[in-house]
Amino acid sequence: MEGTILRTENLQISFGDNKVVKGINMEIAEKKVTAFMGPSGCGKTTILRAINRLHELTPEAKVEGKIFMHNEDVYEMEAMTLRRRVGMVFQRPNPFPTMSIAENVISGFILNGIKLKTQEKNEIIEDALKKVALWDEVKDYLKKKGTSLSGGQQQRLCLARAVAMKPEVILLDEPTSALDPLSTAKIEDLLYELKGNYTLVIVTHNMQQAARISDMTAFFYLGDLLEYDDTKKVFTNPKNEKTQNYITGRFG
Amino acid sequence: MEHLQAEMDALRNEMLEMYNLVLSQVERAQTALIDTNLSVIKEIGSNEKLVNAKELQIDSRCETILALFTPVAVDLRFVLSALKININLERIGDIADNIARTMSHTKPGFDQELLEKVNAKGAFTMLLEMYKSLLQAFEKEDTLLARDILIRDEAIDSITEEAITITEEYTRSKPDSIGQIVPLISIMKMLERIGDHLKNIAEEIIFYAEARVLKHSSPK
Repeated sequence: MEGTILRTENLQISFGDNKVVKGINMEIAEKKVTAFMGPSGCGKTTILRAINRLHELTPEAKVEGKIFMHNEDVYEMEAMTLRRRVGMVFQRPNPFPTMSIAENVISGFILNGIKLKTQEKNEIIEDALKKVALWDEVKDYLKKKGTSLSGGQQQRLCLARAVAMKPEVILLDEPTSALDPLSTAKIEDLLYELKGNYTLVIVTHNMQQAARISDMTAFFYLGDLLEYDDTKKVFTNPKNEKTQNYITGRFG
Repeated sequence: MEHLQAEMDALRNEMLEMYNLVLSQVERAQTALIDTNLSVIKEIGSNEKLVNAKELQIDSRCETILALFTPVAVDLRFVLSALKININLERIGDIADNIARTMSHTKPGFDQELLEKVNAKGAFTMLLEMYKSLLQAFEKEDTLLARDILIRDEAIDSITEEAITITEEYTRSKPDSIGQIVPLISIMKMLERIGDHLKNIAEEIIFYAEARVLKHSSPK
């Protein structure tokens, strides 16, 4: 695949004796949106979290095979360096409750002990909040707690937090499943704009969301990658019968 | 939803391109018939490929929008009507091409006296006016203009009916003209079909703008 940024080789993930991901080989294109979809338990979130090595925080998790970022093995990188280059946004908005809006945006720097000059700090905060279309709504209240915002605003704040670190990849684990339709639409518009500068990988249960915003769609089932193609092809003429049954609502 | 709006805008622009492509084909068909300009016939033939390509492009765009965006309400109606308008425009393009082919087999063309008697020029002028009104109706979502087309189509039907009677009388007085009569009747029937397709398009514009189905009913 032209312009590949991430690549897995025989990726297998187990939790104890339970093999959840069974040998995935795939390439993810740079500066595109790739959606992972599939029924519950198919392994999509498990694969997502392997990309930035979050499973290392789970004692019984075992990851085999390889994941490469620009041909560099992510499991041989320094973990914090990887997580600066690969940001993550979770299902439930989780701004740090003790931090202000501004502090949340630069929390990556704070928590990594990176000191910033005041002007630099202000530029990063404004830039990140503008990128996520939140600046106008919060610019006069930057010292308010991040948790004082609405759900949709909090999720955009979490995106700003990720974007502030200037990552190459942003992983999103069902980023709108806890939001109302209007906030969901705003986040989707935002992701559509962000892909010009970032590679986005999104796990979603919402098939229509995958159809609306992604360039490539991967369909997983019981730990296997059954189909991976242009989103339009997957949603107009899927090759695999299980993919067709899933997207037409016949199962899942 | 910016992405959906971008796709809908692209579809609208492609529809306008199709309208204009087919309009120029019908104008060429008029030139070929009324002015007996046979060099235009070749142009119609080669442009027919452009019309077909544009039809496929619009079909593909509609498929994309339906599959990826699950449009509802006015967006759904617009895509559904775009699919049907597309078919009707392509058929009009085919008819213009058929007129050109018929002309290419009718050398050296038709007697001007005969063309005047059957009012071929009047029919073409009327059709082109209807077409341009329809284009305006589409651009401005003007359902009053679209409704007007439904009524004006009846005038085209009248001209075609009369043309058959006129050509029968003409043949009796000039039996040698039979070589022209048959293709001319065929062309007049094609003009009637263009009128029918324009009427179909007008009904789709009303459906899209007002969510009203006028097919198989009298104009309201």
